[in-house]
Amino acid sequence: MNFAAILPEAILTIGAIVLMMVAAFAGRRSAGVTSWAAIALLLAAAVSLIGPPQTDGALFGGLIAADGFGAFGKLLIFLCAAVAIVAAHGWFERDFEHGAEYPVLILFSAVGMAVMVSATSLVTLYVGLELQSLSAYVLASYRRTDDRSAEAGLKYFVLGALASGILLYGISLLYGFTGTTQFSGIASAFAREGTHSLGLLFGLVFLLAGLAFKTSAVPFHMWTPDVYEGAPTPVTAFFASAPKVAAVLLSVRVCLDALAPAIDAWRQIIIFASLASIILGAVAAYGQTNIKRLLAYSSINNVGFALIGLVAGGPRGASSVLFYMAVYVVMTLGAFLCVLRMRGEDGEPLESMDSLSGLSQSRPWLAAALAVFMFSLAGIPPLFGFWPKLMVFQAAVAEGLIPLAVVGILGTVVGAFYYLKVVKLMYFDAPGRPFRKARTDLEGILILLAALFVSPLGYLLIGPLGTLTANAASSLF
Amino acid sequence: MIGLMHYLTVAAILFTIGVLGIFINRRNIILMLMAIELILLAVNINLVAFSAYLSDITGQIFAMFVLTVAAAEAAIGLAILVIFFRRRGSIAVDDVNRMRG
Repeated sequence: MNFAAILPEAILTIGAIVLMMVAAFAGRRSAGVTSWAAIALLLAAAVSLIGPPQTDGALFGGLIAADGFGAFGKLLIFLCAAVAIVAAHGWFERDFEHGAEYPVLILFSAVGMAVMVSATSLVTLYVGLELQSLSAYVLASYRRTDDRSAEAGLKYFVLGALASGILLYGISLLYGFTGTTQFSGIASAFAREGTHSLGLLFGLVFLLAGLAFKTSAVPFHMWTPDVYEGAPTPVTAFFASAPKVAAVLLSVRVCLDALAPAIDAWRQIIIFASLASIILGAVAAYGQTNIKRLLAYSSINNVGFALIGLVAGGPRGASSVLFYMAVYVVMTLGAFLCVLRMRGEDGEPLESMDSLSGLSQSRPWLAAALAVFMFSLAGIPPLFGFWPKLMVFQAAVAEGLIPLAVVGILGTVVGAFYYLKVVKLMYFDAPGRPFRKARTDLEGILILLAALFVSPLGYLLIGPLGTLTANAASSLF
Repeated sequence: MIGLMHYLTVAAILFTIGVLGIFINRRNIILMLMAIELILLAVNINLVAFSAYLSDITGQIFAMFVLTVAAAEAAIGLAILVIFFRRRGSIAVDDVNRMRG
């Protein structure tokens, strides 16, 4: 038993339970304290990732692996969770008292995601996924006096529980037909029996369907726009970043570890999900009038690109997925932080695209930042968002998947249209009512940092980030 | 003699009923929660049947995890249902339509 290896999860779990007690007994007054304590805990957990020896072998009887792949994922997840807590601070102030339990829920969700990215057994996979999902359902309906928030929570819950059920059914079949729940055992069973066994094949399909729901890849994306629109904006920012990282990384580990010998079986499924996500994410975003819905389709679109890297497989494909998710998370969080600044004169949150018109005149810096994020999400070259897209395409081409790369690139072109629409609204349309002056400086600094990261300056990070992702990906093989 | 296939068939039927219950049911969200429980129980039957067939304890332990999570899920589902009902005064499936797009 090597408890040092699960130190990040242990810190967050114990800390979250303590904070939950604080929140329960001290009530609303403790909102500020729990927020900052939660950020400190996330920081401590991130630091503890450096400390313990990174073992490649599975721990606790093969339940969990504390490897570089998981550590990279956890770093991203903790970053997103911390940003979601910071972003909530200014948001809940006005129209809904900032509950002290919000950071606690984020922490529990972060623990679930940390377990997901380091799971090497179907049992830990399921428990991590559920811990993340159950916290997420509550977070989605967090503004319980708001119609849309309650509806978002309900939709997310029903569809999420259905997806968990499907995933679980697949898990039970995989367990029954391989006789083990460990990824390594499942891999050797697939290597032994191939994909001729109908039970194994069904298990694989159901498992991937459940994972596709959690990544909001296309056949299972229908909840995404509604939940993103209805959930409070800081929660949406969280949903669009951390759970997506966790689910994509979990899919990578499942496909390249447990299902590695069945590559012919899962590859077709992931190719379909990836292309369908790219195309639908690009096409359906057209005509959206709500910026949160637009970003929801953008996230579906981006997951499609990340899945191209997974289709390519191998250390190169896996590292391109990690790189993609790292850059994607910064772009998305930056975009959502800009959306959080969209406040009417009375401080009421605005979400319609029209309220962005003429932003370059009233708030030039905010408009410039949002334009940078939009161009970057579209993958337009001088910005950093271009680089991870290039990496996944290169990985796909190196594997001989040229048609996939071609369709993906065409999807980028179509998708660029609606990102540019936002830029056009801000820069070429007549100004509407100005936004209220923003107060919280911390968010401004975060937007600035994110904008610098995705600006051409980000290319300076290609070296270090590339080494980091390559090392993380190599721990899978 | 009741063998593994019988259990798997029962579980598959329950699973199908559960999934259909979510998609076909247009009346009441409580029915959806029941359908979700049905799916999880189908999985449990699968796990326990496989566990007995393989003489491997993992499946039964897994079933315990599933039961625990199912309880938490039901609690959260009902809590969300209550706040939804407070706002709308209805739990009909067709009333979950404030957002479309």
